[in-house]
Amino acid sequence: MGGLDFSAINWEEMLDATVATLKMLAFSGIFTIILGLPLGIVLYLWGKSNNTIIRVVYSVLSFVVNILRSVPFIILMVALIPFSKSIMGTSIGVLGTIPALVIGAAPFFARLVETALREVDRGIIEAAQGMGASTGQIVMRVLLPEARPGLLAGVTITIVTLVSYTAMSGMIGGGGLGDLAIRYGYYRYEKEVMIISVALMVILVQLLQMAGDRLVRHFTRK
Amino acid sequence: MIELKDLTKVYGKGSKAATALSGLSLSIKKGEIFGVIGHSGAGKSTLIRCINLLERPSEGEVWVDGVELTALSQGQLQEQRRKIGMIFQHFNLLSSATVYDNIAFPLRLAGTSKTEIERKVQDLLALVGLEEHRNKYPAQLSGGQKQRVGIARALASDPDVLLCDEATSALDPQTTDSILRLLLDINRKFHLTIVLITHEMHVIQSICDRVAVIHGGGIVEQGDVAQVFLKPRHEVTKEFIRSETQADGPLRQAIDAVHAGYTKAVKITFLGQKTYESTLSHVAQGTGVNFAILQGTISTIKDVPYGQLIVRFEGPSEAVEATLSELAAEGLDVEVIS
Repeated sequence: MGGLDFSAINWEEMLDATVATLKMLAFSGIFTIILGLPLGIVLYLWGKSNNTIIRVVYSVLSFVVNILRSVPFIILMVALIPFSKSIMGTSIGVLGTIPALVIGAAPFFARLVETALREVDRGIIEAAQGMGASTGQIVMRVLLPEARPGLLAGVTITIVTLVSYTAMSGMIGGGGLGDLAIRYGYYRYEKEVMIISVALMVILVQLLQMAGDRLVRHFTRK
Repeated sequence: MIELKDLTKVYGKGSKAATALSGLSLSIKKGEIFGVIGHSGAGKSTLIRCINLLERPSEGEVWVDGVELTALSQGQLQEQRRKIGMIFQHFNLLSSATVYDNIAFPLRLAGTSKTEIERKVQDLLALVGLEEHRNKYPAQLSGGQKQRVGIARALASDPDVLLCDEATSALDPQTTDSILRLLLDINRKFHLTIVLITHEMHVIQSICDRVAVIHGGGIVEQGDVAQVFLKPRHEVTKEFIRSETQADGPLRQAIDAVHAGYTKAVKITFLGQKTYESTLSHVAQGTGVNFAILQGTISTIKDVPYGQLIVRFEGPSEAVEATLSELAAEGLDVEVIS
């Protein structure tokens, strides 16, 4: 055992891993929003419909979303290896993990979107309907702007969750800081690398949360 | 302008069904301010929301400006709704948009050009007196200012009809009066038909031309405000008016206080110019009866002055009877109480 020796750390590798983590976050974050936002809007709209057919479709969709959310990410990740391989050409590295990250996070984000939209005052939606707004106009001009602080908070929570997902993806050779921590710290008992990688992730989460909070505050008008 | 035919609205199904409107019909003329008064739960909110189909009636027809709204497709209905403005008790402004953007909202929905929007919103801001607040958010405004934004927004699409859903119920008395004055101005300036619902007789009395009293999902009484207000027939109407004036107990005591000789207590109603004339003392001097004024009100209905006195006449029976018939001959409304 003995003391910690940070001089043995390969800083170049650490930098590469940090960049890889940021890349994974950026791509998976963007695709999660692209997929999760419309899904959340659809869940919100269908969830309050009176139409029997739409209610059935909503229940099915809601059920699928719940399943995806209840499967532990580590299992989802492994189960999705063939899927990732088929669409990205590989199941490892930065590219290989993105499908799993997105499929793990999008249903979670969709629920946060649905909840944020439900917080919008019914009266405002009615006022817009009274002014002759179509459903599309209500979504674009009422729901999304009014729910903006809630949506931004949801994005922040989702990206922070993605940080821990990227770390877990180290288990299946995902790359990035999590991969580094697992390979060096867990498999090779090089505690120093693990400590630095985890510390970097902590800093990353802090920065993301602070930036998110600031945006939420900036857009809150109540 | 607005025709509601046999509207029925039932919420829920089976044993949980609750009837909000039962076969209600109403006809509102172009350019008038029509008030609907009722207690909470009487169905007035459902009624006004049926006019622009925010609430779809279970049965019946809604006609606005010759178009049957209940027969339209969703797209056509959206088109028609642009001609019907609405303001709300809780204002329902976009909290994420400035005063300017809130007023511009219906114009943007309709795809109006930027320069046209700028011109219109500027005019509307001036109309409601909020020019210096154009870049504020609703949270920075008072209740009265928020309702002014609501009114400007409702007027932006040049509607023919303005629906007011308890528009002053969340405001203090002074602010209520200023909003009512604004509504009256708008009604006169643009010949806009205004339908308002309220539970306050004061609102009806201040600006309405005609009034309907709603109770248990149906109209129990309607007519010109002066007629309904001064000669209420239905118990509910009487209740609303009584809460505007004084209590009954002390008046009863005053009427019964004198037993000597021949007495008669009457309610005399003056309307219009007669309110200011000395008809009562004139007639009493002629017939030689004495009188005591037990209760009196003088006020206006919209712009028309009216007075209502409860007077006890004392004297020989023929003289008292003669007084009453002379007062009636002078054009006053005389109603014997006891």
